Amino acid sequence: MPADFPLLSLAIWLPIAGGLLLLATSSEQRVQHTRLLALIVSLLTFLCTVLLYTHFDHTTHKMQFAEQLAWIPAFDINYHLGIDGISLPLILLTSFTTVLVIIAGWEVISYKSAQYMAAFLIMEGLMIGVFSALDAILFYVFWEGMLIPMFLIFGIWGGPNRVYAAVKFFLYTFLGSVLMLVALLYLYFSAGSFAILDLHQLKIGITAQVLIFLAFLVAFAVKVPMWPVHTWLPDAHVEAPTGGSVILAAIMLKMGAYGFLRFSLPITPDASHELDWLMILLSLIAVVYIGFVALVQTDMKKLIAYSSISHMGFVTLGFFIVFMIFEQTGSTSGAVMALEGGLVQMISHGFVSSALFLCVGVLYDRLHSREISAYGGVANTMPVFASLMVLFALANSGLPGTSGFVGEFMVILSTFKANFWFALLAGTTLVLGAAYTLWMVKRVIFGAVTNDGVAGLKDINAREALVLGVLAAAVLGLGLWPAPVLDIMHPSVQHLLQHIMQSKL
Amino acid sequence: MDFILPNFAPAMPEIFVLSMACIILIVDLFLTEHTRVVTYLLSLITLIAAAVLTANLDTTEPVLTFSGTFINDRMAVVLKLFIYLITFVVLVYSHNYLRTRQLYQGEYFVLILFAVLGMMVLVSAHSLLTIYLGLELLSLSLYTLVALRRDSVSASEAAMKYFVLGALASGILLYGLSMLYGVTGSLDIGTISHHISATVATPGQHSMVLVFALVFVLVGVLFKLGAVPFHMWVPDVYHGAPTSVALFIGTAPKIAAFAMLMRLLVDGLGDLHSEWQTMIIIVAILSMAAGNIIAIAQTNLKRMLAYSAIAHVGFLLLGILSGTLNGYASSMFYVIVYALMSLGGFGMIILLSRAGFEADRLEDFKGLNQRSPWFAFMMLILMFSMAGVPPTVGFYAKLAVLQAVVEADLVWLAVLAVVFSVIGAYYYLRIIKLMYFDQPDDVAPLAAGFDMRIAMSANGLAILGLGLFPSGLLTLCVTALNL
Repeated sequence: MPADFPLLSLAIWLPIAGGLLLLATSSEQRVQHTRLLALIVSLLTFLCTVLLYTHFDHTTHKMQFAEQLAWIPAFDINYHLGIDGISLPLILLTSFTTVLVIIAGWEVISYKSAQYMAAFLIMEGLMIGVFSALDAILFYVFWEGMLIPMFLIFGIWGGPNRVYAAVKFFLYTFLGSVLMLVALLYLYFSAGSFAILDLHQLKIGITAQVLIFLAFLVAFAVKVPMWPVHTWLPDAHVEAPTGGSVILAAIMLKMGAYGFLRFSLPITPDASHELDWLMILLSLIAVVYIGFVALVQTDMKKLIAYSSISHMGFVTLGFFIVFMIFEQTGSTSGAVMALEGGLVQMISHGFVSSALFLCVGVLYDRLHSREISAYGGVANTMPVFASLMVLFALANSGLPGTSGFVGEFMVILSTFKANFWFALLAGTTLVLGAAYTLWMVKRVIFGAVTNDGVAGLKDINAREALVLGVLAAAVLGLGLWPAPVLDIMHPSVQHLLQHIMQSKL
Repeated sequence: MDFILPNFAPAMPEIFVLSMACIILIVDLFLTEHTRVVTYLLSLITLIAAAVLTANLDTTEPVLTFSGTFINDRMAVVLKLFIYLITFVVLVYSHNYLRTRQLYQGEYFVLILFAVLGMMVLVSAHSLLTIYLGLELLSLSLYTLVALRRDSVSASEAAMKYFVLGALASGILLYGLSMLYGVTGSLDIGTISHHISATVATPGQHSMVLVFALVFVLVGVLFKLGAVPFHMWVPDVYHGAPTSVALFIGTAPKIAAFAMLMRLLVDGLGDLHSEWQTMIIIVAILSMAAGNIIAIAQTNLKRMLAYSAIAHVGFLLLGILSGTLNGYASSMFYVIVYALMSLGGFGMIILLSRAGFEADRLEDFKGLNQRSPWFAFMMLILMFSMAGVPPTVGFYAKLAVLQAVVEADLVWLAVLAVVFSVIGAYYYLRIIKLMYFDQPDDVAPLAAGFDMRIAMSANGLAILGLGLFPSGLLTLCVTALNL
């Protein structure tokens, strides 16, 4: 493959073109063709991203696979792409999850299935675009453009209260992002460029930094979501179709966290340092308080949604505790572990939460209820499914050997270097997470068969087993041997930390 | 006294459109309802030929003619070309609509051509007199168009309101113009501008009359644009007028009003920028607030589009108030983009309407995705573009304006503007919700003809295409103002 082959562009535009092709050629009679075409496109895209991985240079923090074309010269906006060790794992996660979502929606979605598949493919391209854009406006276009297919997915294939959830989702995220847009415009007039890497080098006064940081915070905190702007997420998850929940939990939430790494920390390091207490506070509230909230949920999807918020609290904790670790230890090594822990937690949460949402989807497809009380003793009728779901539940509660353990452990361990009490609070999640996840599993999976519906359940078919099995392998793989992922991240994380530890005033 | 023949060349398109309008008026006398398609085709040909004539004008530098009352520069050429384009699409959209509603009369076409002529004069005006002339020609044609369906109570009411309020605004504008003449002793915009820059340059000489004149002129222009607090006529006229007329009023005249703003405020009173900036900030904020918030309560799509127009005008004013070349260019980009989006919005109403049925209620869009996925998609693009969501061109229009505002160090205003645009997103989303999330009440197939479908698709795809590649139009706007 030639060195300047636009592999990133291919990974972005192939699924988008595939999605448009699906829309153009779909018909109700040839629904099987439509699904096959969607699967082929998503597999090809996955192949593209695997090629990105195999050709990725692990030794440098520099942007790779860079592409740059003039796009809107009047505003100095470029079509500028490139990836580093932080974005590559997320791109892989995106294309991997999309394949699973396509397979998971195979027979389940019968209403307008071509539009459904097309929406996910188009969204895949846009999400890969978000993770690879190096121009702030290009980033914004992908970031916002993604809302359109997601809004439609919620609204068309969602539950009974879907309109409320879809509009709430859209307006929350839209409000966050427009403030980011103003901040980007301000930065443009200071730096004379929309290139993200130029913005990293820009010197900004502390007042401006704080204001820019807050504008970014609104945009990214809504997406992560952090307490107290998290309320859209449970509503969205409950009403979304299974595929929508999976993409939302596995990838869209990660975009907020990615934004912190790509924008907030490197562009406004001093404001991040100044306000790290706020970020740590919000993260700990998410971890502890939302953990308790999850405990009392009666709806499985809501429970997993709250558990997502709680787990994403770990990610932001890992990102913003680095300043304290650096002050306490004087070296970046502890801080590297915190950041990498946050990143691994993102990937792991991508696997675990998608798996749990798919599990709920499997049950929902059979009994059309998400209430925990509607189930009981599922293990008796669906043994294969039950064992997989228990595995994912254990991963969600951070059992060693699963991917959930690695990230949480790294973050908690490094937090101890900063502050004992913070670490202790963060550590409560191991108890709380176990409590709410396992309690749900106990009520749903174990015990005697409680009603006729459960008694009549059929175990998962080959398609469902394939999707959950692949995810189970990923969860165990990352849990037992996280080194390949860490290796990719390491140079970029190291560079990012060196960068943010220097004042830009 | 010698009679010097003026240079007619720069005004060739105007002369041509005027002659053609008169010819069409006569030709139409000999036509019946069945052969009226000739009038329609002649009008389309007139617009195409005028575009060719305009495009061939020499614009290397601005040319003045008719004793300096008429100017031809790049801005005039670009704006006129878009006025032709939009009017062309308006005629295509309304053709079938008129036929099925006993509105298929030659007057419709002739009045539209006269309105186009008025807009052309307005766009090329370089004297207070030509500005007023163009404005009145445009307004009188529009009043008549609104009243075209004279048996309809709501149309007559709308026409009456429009006429009375419009006449009042014209009077106020005229009063302002007379004050300007009184202070500067000239009707020529160039002379006025020189005079004002001389007055402003010497402190203490700042004339209070000038500020008064400015206020009156602004009121007149803002009325034509439909900015708050001079917006009362907009919803009633959009709602009461036949959709094919509302379609016209809501699109091309906005471009002409922008040109009037540029000629009067920027070319003429540019040195009073510090005076009018504050006024425009207030009007812009009020327009964005009132437009976006009141639109939420509407159940009629035409009224909703009217309030959305008010909100968009507020956004458009933001670009002007920055007082920079980039700001003016961004406003110009915005107004062109807005005209295209508004065209599509009204076009969709016509597309869904059929004989004896107006699809102008929001419920009429229910379940459109079931009835016609393609046109639901077109409307989706239009609505997201109006809300300013990428990758549609509406986003770049907002981006360009916001950039000018931030450049002028008014970050707070930019924040306010984006917050209002989030509020605005709500009612656009509601249309998408109706089309995609709800089931249709009405399952009749779309009755629109082939030409209508093609034009509508081109309209929607243009919004998307310009959103992916906005560079050409943006550059065009920047160079049009950059002399």
